[in-house]
Amino acid sequence: MYRTTDILTSSTSGDMVINVGPQHPATHGVLHLVITLNGETIKKIEPHLGYIHRSIEKMCESLTYRQFIYVTSRMDYLSAHINNHACALCVEKGLQIEVPPRAQVVRVILDELTRIASHELWWGAMAMDLGAFTPFFHAFREREMINEIMEETCGARLTMNYIVPGGVMMDIHPNFQKKIKEFIVLYKQKINEYHELVTGNVIFENRMKNIGTLTAEQVISYGCSGPVARGSGVKSDIRKLYPYEIYDKLDFEEALETGGDSYARYLIRMREMEQSIKIIEQLVDNIPDGDFQAKTKAVLKLPKGEFYTSVETARGELGVYIVSEGGTTPYRIKFRSPGFSNLSILNDMVKGGKIGDLIAAMGTLDLVIPDIDR
Amino acid sequence: MFLKDYIKEVAGALKSLASGMKMTGYYFTHHKEIITEEYPDNRNSLVLAERFKGEVVMTHDENNEHACTGCTACELACPNATIKIITKFDVDEATGKKKKALDTFIYHLELCTLCNLCVDACPTGAIKMAPTFEHSVFDRNQLTKKLNNPGSKIRAGVE
Amino acid sequence: MWSFSNIANEIHTWLSSQLPPIWATIVEMVIAGVAVIGLFAILGLVLVIMERKVAAWIQIRLGPNRVGPKGMFQSMADTVKLLVKEGMTPNGADKLMFNVAPFIAMIVAMLLMAPIGFAKDFQLWDLNIGVLYITAISSISVIGILMAGWASNNKYSLLGAMRSGAQIVSYELSAGLAILTIIVLTGSLQLSDIVQAQADGWWIFKGHLPVIIAFLIFITAVTAETNRAPFDLAEAESELTAGFHTEYSGMKFALFFLAEYINVFIVCAIGATLFLGGWMPFHIGNWEGFNHVMDYIPSSVWFFGKTFFLIFVIMWFRWTFPRLRIDQLLNLEWKYLLPISMINLLLVTLIAILGWHF
Repeated sequence: MYRTTDILTSSTSGDMVINVGPQHPATHGVLHLVITLNGETIKKIEPHLGYIHRSIEKMCESLTYRQFIYVTSRMDYLSAHINNHACALCVEKGLQIEVPPRAQVVRVILDELTRIASHELWWGAMAMDLGAFTPFFHAFREREMINEIMEETCGARLTMNYIVPGGVMMDIHPNFQKKIKEFIVLYKQKINEYHELVTGNVIFENRMKNIGTLTAEQVISYGCSGPVARGSGVKSDIRKLYPYEIYDKLDFEEALETGGDSYARYLIRMREMEQSIKIIEQLVDNIPDGDFQAKTKAVLKLPKGEFYTSVETARGELGVYIVSEGGTTPYRIKFRSPGFSNLSILNDMVKGGKIGDLIAAMGTLDLVIPDIDR
Repeated sequence: MFLKDYIKEVAGALKSLASGMKMTGYYFTHHKEIITEEYPDNRNSLVLAERFKGEVVMTHDENNEHACTGCTACELACPNATIKIITKFDVDEATGKKKKALDTFIYHLELCTLCNLCVDACPTGAIKMAPTFEHSVFDRNQLTKKLNNPGSKIRAGVE
Repeated sequence: MWSFSNIANEIHTWLSSQLPPIWATIVEMVIAGVAVIGLFAILGLVLVIMERKVAAWIQIRLGPNRVGPKGMFQSMADTVKLLVKEGMTPNGADKLMFNVAPFIAMIVAMLLMAPIGFAKDFQLWDLNIGVLYITAISSISVIGILMAGWASNNKYSLLGAMRSGAQIVSYELSAGLAILTIIVLTGSLQLSDIVQAQADGWWIFKGHLPVIIAFLIFITAVTAETNRAPFDLAEAESELTAGFHTEYSGMKFALFFLAEYINVFIVCAIGATLFLGGWMPFHIGNWEGFNHVMDYIPSSVWFFGKTFFLIFVIMWFRWTFPRLRIDQLLNLEWKYLLPISMINLLLVTLIAILGWHF
């Protein structure tokens, strides 16, 4: 009556190899995971990269030190502003430029807004991975307010390109402070709704707790950073460890959890949003007067040598490494992106779990695929 | 006791589910919270931020004069070769000297990443970003634009 | 007074006067069949637009609002789109099973329509084992899903179908036990008897806490049985793209889609019949005036009102909760729902024997 379909006959050991991606609703981009399954249990995960490789590092070699910053917005597009910030810091380090305090404060405020926006999107997308659609739309409501602030001051909503070596491109918009204060007031009400809708939910807790557990040793050996490392109790916040700009003068806590499971990583991000709000609250009324941009030469030439800076993006440590031969363009640029290291731990994380665990754990890694591939 | 914990667990689970349903129920019944913007319908009332980077335009005043000297600073600043400036030599009628001037300002919107570097680089403020965003056309050739108006010339006094 | 039963009786008397009895029966059967198909189409359209509007309002969106007044004809436009789409059959698929599966899912949903009482004295087939019939037929729906998943020759489909098999089979138990509580109280398997037993009050009010627990368990179990979120593991779009219907397109997909909504309607109709009194109006003890006013509302309005309320609750679940994992799903059934409903059934039996219910 029926024909044997060749799903199971393709394997001798009873294992089933499934491609999750490059086009799959859970990968949020063109990530390709080859998973070996035994029933529902995952035996092995093999990430295949390169589907969105645009050779940004190579492109940067042919762009001047002013031009290459805009390209980095396209790496981790959800924290575009922080990427630009890292590059500008590296160029400033090479040129020994003193950034005016006003520009520093504005940069930090926008950094933290970007972090909140990124975490908002992560929160919605992760809930969507778990099958709850509503949080996605609710998160976008608050994210939209941040985007409006960005649009008003930087002129763009996602790929801002607002930071230039020596400061910021334009002065802040007159409405900047007012809008941020409105956002903070609203956000503090809405964060409770987030917890009500998702955090306390018993289904959500069961899907997250004790899933994808990582020990501190694993995290360190894979070079994970950001909320993934902090979820396992590893102090890795660059803002605390190697403070840049004015972070050493600010009062905020590094969110740390010791659980190491998906739920810990979830809580870290939720708390980080609150800490970002705290930072913005400290700065928004204290933006010093003065220039928004230091005087720089028309053509920037980094001295011969190697320069490295790292910043804390929404996903972890982003390092910018520039080798200069003294010319107007970099000789070599290397970006140490957080997503790449965080992805590599995926196999250790969910081996032995179910397919649902893979989706939930991958959601808490907060992967942005262009950031991994560059 | 086992049974007590069991009942407590079930009750706690039900409570957490009820709190989520209470929230979604609130939004279901409160339609004023809806944030959807009906885009093509609200085109007339749409307010864009004045700094919004939609496309590069060249500002012309009422005498059809612009401020572009043809210095190609924007062309050099552009990371994507979006701008191409063609210059010509004008003869100054008073002195008879030859002077470099703008002939055509070609702007490739299809290549542009709207990074604002050209506007930042312009020494005379001749170009700026316009808050327009409905750029879709059926033929990509239409995205290659000539920014200086026909017959326009440089404003007097702009060097 | 205008009512469904009057119309049915008039048609019956008219046909009996015109035709010999055997032909009259055949014509009545055809009319009933056409009516069921018509109801199907209308229900499909209404439920799809309802789901989309409920989802939109919960998600602070407007929802479909372009086709027709307030977007009411959106689902018709969708149907037209699905009708003209190509119904592809993948190369490696088992052609026969692949093409038959959607119809099985559909036929099961149609068969379930038979014993439901839509209004007072208006029922296609008032068989004396109505409840048993419903539980028996609804188990067949898993075969359609398993066939679709296996025949697609797609790993996602296979996983989805296997999940769905495990899920439907196990949740049938607690759904059945929840239904048994009402049967114990009524003492009859006939749906019309069950409705009649609720003439002086719905079971959910008469039966104290155990019936409320049974109702909650019933709602949970049928949500799982119809593969709706948070139990939509068979489709689980973030895990298995679309589960068992990954490879289906066009009208074959639409049949699965329609069958899902019809199944939701049917389980809600059964829930309304068993727990909320079916077409019985809402009566309060000795309030003669109030009861009289309630009697004026047609019985079909009562039935559809209760059913759509339950459908709304199930939709509300879907747009609020995250999805369970497959082992947690089975844990929930075997560790929580089944033991609770067993003890609950004992309690209800005690109540029924001692006559403690009102």
